[in-house]
Amino acid sequence: MDGDGIELPFIGTLHLPELPTVFGIDLTPTKHIVFMWIVALLVFITFYFIAKGYKKSVIPKRLANFFEVFIIFVRDEIAEPTLGKAYKTFLPFLLTMFFFILFGNFMGLLPFSATFTSNIAVTATLAIISFFMIQIGGIKHNGFFGYFKGLIPHGMPMWLLPLMIPVEILGLFTKPFALAIRLFANMIAGHIVILALIGLIFFMATPYVAPVSIAFAVFIYLLEILVALIQAYIFTMLSSLFIGMAVHQEH
Amino acid sequence: MDLAWLAAGIGAGLVVIGGGLGIGKLASSAMDASGRQPEAAGAIRTSMIIAAALIEGMSFFGLVICILLALKA
Repeated sequence: MDGDGIELPFIGTLHLPELPTVFGIDLTPTKHIVFMWIVALLVFITFYFIAKGYKKSVIPKRLANFFEVFIIFVRDEIAEPTLGKAYKTFLPFLLTMFFFILFGNFMGLLPFSATFTSNIAVTATLAIISFFMIQIGGIKHNGFFGYFKGLIPHGMPMWLLPLMIPVEILGLFTKPFALAIRLFANMIAGHIVILALIGLIFFMATPYVAPVSIAFAVFIYLLEILVALIQAYIFTMLSSLFIGMAVHQEH
Repeated sequence: MDLAWLAAGIGAGLVVIGGGLGIGKLASSAMDASGRQPEAAGAIRTSMIIAAALIEGMSFFGLVICILLALKA
């Protein structure tokens, strides 16, 4: 999965340079980190050209026309129903999350590349970013103590409070944790199934298993394209839902 | 003889049964609702995809624990 070098076709393995250990953190780049940079650069370049296209006219041309479908989808189906009037503040964050995870998931389907969203460290970081957006959004709109007071639902009898307070505080942490695990497990499960199916040819040591094995692997590959799209949508939708629940705290 | 591998195998099977039953029930009621009111099919399809991804997320929790068990052995 993660590795010390990048495998290039017809050239061999490109070994990544060793960097020193600073404050106990090893800084050498791994394959997932290099692909994260590549995808970040790709997203930046794509949206730079889309934004430049919008400067000339409101009616988009070619690249902007294609991505406008996704951008309008994120704004009208994800941001506006869950966030209400405050969706403009959070729309850039949601769009960035959606396209970063989408491009990252699709990058993993190309040969000789890596899926960095199948790394638990990357998905945990994305979930931590969502966690901070939820807390900051809630605290900004409701005040510091108002936000934590609003976590407890209305009309709760007093004797239930010692139970509800730890449950609600734990709930603050389990929701981003579930986001991280969902994206990580979905991405890595697809790759493991494909590896297992292809490895079945080597395990059985006969070439007659190959047609069945490869047919199943192609089917799982097509399913993975669907899962890549759906997981990017679910991550963004749930982040936006949690931000909406923190900002508008009336149940 | 390592019981962790056996536990991982049995666990993975149970996880698949749970996920399959849950998503099957969801798909069945989505089909019923779409047949009853074909104009709402788009909205029902969107909600079905969201609910299916959440149920699948739960089954992946179990899968991650099974992977941890299998890697420990």
